[in-house]
Amino acid sequence: MKEIIKELQKIVGEKYVSNHPEERFIYSRDPGTMEPAEPDVVVMPNSAEEIQRIMLLANERKIPVVPMGGGLVLSGLTRALKGGIVLDMKRMNRILEVNEKSRYAVVEAGASQGMLQSYLKKHHPKLKHSIPDAPPIATIGGNVLIHGSGHISAIGGFHSEMLNGLEVVLPTGELLRIGSCSVTPYWFSRSPLPDLAGLFLGWAGTTGIVTKLAIRLYPDWKFNDVNVFLAEDPEITQDAIFRITATAIPEDVLAALSPKPDWVAGFQMLSVNYGAESKKELILKRDLIRESVWKYIEEKTGGFLPLPAEMKARFMEAPQSQLARFADVRKGGGFEYVGAIMPTELFAQACRLGIEIGERRKVSYSLGARIIGMGHCMMFFFAYAFNRGDKADMKRAQGALEETNERVLEIGGIPWKAEVPAQKQIIRKMDPKTFELMNRLRAMLDPNGIMNPGNWEL
Amino acid sequence: MRYDPELCRKCQSIDCLTRCQYIKLDLAEAKEERLKIIEGKDSRVLRECATCYACEEYCPYDNHPFYLIVERQEQLKLWPAPVPLTKQQIKMMAPRGKIVPFKVNKPVVNLCFFPMLAGCIRGKLFEGASVISGSDIFCNLMWLHFAKSSVIKERLPQMIENIMSYHLKESRVDEIICYHDECYGTFTHFARALGIEVPFKSIHLFEYLAKRLLELKSQIRPIKAVVAYQRPCSSRLIPETERWLEEIFRLIGVERPERKYDRENALCCGTLIRAHQRDELADEIQKKNLDDMKAIGAEYCVFNCPACFFSMREMVQERGIKPILLSELCQIALGQGLGW
Repeated sequence: MKEIIKELQKIVGEKYVSNHPEERFIYSRDPGTMEPAEPDVVVMPNSAEEIQRIMLLANERKIPVVPMGGGLVLSGLTRALKGGIVLDMKRMNRILEVNEKSRYAVVEAGASQGMLQSYLKKHHPKLKHSIPDAPPIATIGGNVLIHGSGHISAIGGFHSEMLNGLEVVLPTGELLRIGSCSVTPYWFSRSPLPDLAGLFLGWAGTTGIVTKLAIRLYPDWKFNDVNVFLAEDPEITQDAIFRITATAIPEDVLAALSPKPDWVAGFQMLSVNYGAESKKELILKRDLIRESVWKYIEEKTGGFLPLPAEMKARFMEAPQSQLARFADVRKGGGFEYVGAIMPTELFAQACRLGIEIGERRKVSYSLGARIIGMGHCMMFFFAYAFNRGDKADMKRAQGALEETNERVLEIGGIPWKAEVPAQKQIIRKMDPKTFELMNRLRAMLDPNGIMNPGNWEL
Repeated sequence: MRYDPELCRKCQSIDCLTRCQYIKLDLAEAKEERLKIIEGKDSRVLRECATCYACEEYCPYDNHPFYLIVERQEQLKLWPAPVPLTKQQIKMMAPRGKIVPFKVNKPVVNLCFFPMLAGCIRGKLFEGASVISGSDIFCNLMWLHFAKSSVIKERLPQMIENIMSYHLKESRVDEIICYHDECYGTFTHFARALGIEVPFKSIHLFEYLAKRLLELKSQIRPIKAVVAYQRPCSSRLIPETERWLEEIFRLIGVERPERKYDRENALCCGTLIRAHQRDELADEIQKKNLDDMKAIGAEYCVFNCPACFFSMREMVQERGIKPILLSELCQIALGQGLGW
């Protein structure tokens, strides 16, 4: 390994290679429940060319490589399960282009959500990107590649659907482009070409290293508002989601339910965010959203909370800091969730399931769903907080997560950014032919099996 | 409840309904609807009531027409707001049983459910004051907006008892200053109508401020500004406090010109109307109210009710008017900076 480290230092500079125990410790884990797995060395490249050279070296020596963005995935996908190199992309954080007219941005894969957010606010105040409810240091690249979702997902779908193009270094060291940028200077779309982006989306870094990507941008409205619909029957909330998304107005629809504090127990809150260029338009949109659920307002079985501006601001915050508070509710910094991608029609069933598991296992839980598209599907989250310093508490959360993954698959959902055990659960449910194709593609792209080994394997 | 149906039957003017700013009724219609309400039958009044409390002020006999409306809404389950909203609010504002006894000194200022306003109780104006607040002493009168008199009746005696036993009794204090009209209205008006005994004396914030400003008169620097006052719903229960408000404005040197939607014609802040899911009505009255404030050239919009303040302050600001709580305006006149 000494020799490898010297080679790596030659490529990226001494400062950006480390096999110190402190670094190996930090890079062995994330805030979730997965057991730590230490890399042999951590490398921080600064260019696609450096990555190409690292990959040529790693491929020749058959050294595992684990690409990493913000390291906040929570399900342990950036742990070096077979040792080797963790490739930390955070130095490659440049914002390369913002095209105002065609509404897209080209960024390096290590650019963070917070960086792009503040860059746009400063230089292109009429545009914004879809921000996940993750800390601002989460990377845009990482989130797109795990099929993340965020504050504009009710319009734009998954963040991977907002992807216009990629630049990728293959495990064998070749650099290539995918999408319109492979044909023209513009990064405007993946269509109408054969869509090769799918070779890198959702693979947990097992097929290559994305170095650049283009994402869609959206109007940053002059006026914004949020309406929070409250009901106490999950079936009503499910139908409200269906009705509200049919208006095609909201940018974000987020449901939340929790047993604590006691005054929210038994209720579902559905926050519906939208914006407009004028007050008049904003009021019109508000009225149309309200009209869509008028049936429940008339029946008095659901309605919108009258919130003062200060409280509305909290619901309109992107990312939402309130969610971070739950993440540390048990103190000790442990938090993980099963984000199940599932059809919206399973909302009520998922609510009941989450409550049943949380109550029976006596874990601190919080449930909710971000609606993707016009109710086409949702990311339903079963979130569990635990005290990392309390082994029994952590064990309880682990048990709840495992059971949730299993039960989600049973009812027809799929765990998102699945931990290794959940990946195996998914594979077992998967059409064997699909898994066979995955393996053939992977073997073709990564003949030596060096990319994030241990993931998407049985 | 102290209510005399005969007084209502005999009333010729039916001010409670004909003067209503939210339901348009001529005298004949008002007579019809009044009878339905007396007899406990469904009435459009029960369905359209904005719960602004104003009819309590309009009634020449102090016969509690608004309290009756709320009773009837609850009896007939004609909920003004969606049931989950009401249930959640009631749970959220329930007594937590976390009250701890502590000694208080006069003046004891009751901040009701607004502990975040504790910073307002400061300086010469409130020298030596003790502050009490929180869910365990919350007056609960707001459930009138949700057709839930029963919750007030259930909780209020305990709240009164808490104020006495946790704060006043041991300290040998027998009076509190009610920062919010709602508490003063509860202890002096609603409790009396319901026959609930209140063993301490309630002093309205206006009376306290007026008297204190008089003591500090030499230190007052007149503000010399035109103000609009946003009268809250609960002040309808206690219109006698208006004279203290006039006195305060005189002492701090502000002018409150006549305007269309002030005093007996005051308009609701809109919050509860929004809770009733009547956004168009809330938009309309807020616009009328703000246009009216603008028309008199108001520099400040003065609030006493924290709920009105929180719900209207952004829109007031957008119109170029400064939203301010009355006690803070008095602090300015005394040369104190804004504390909240």
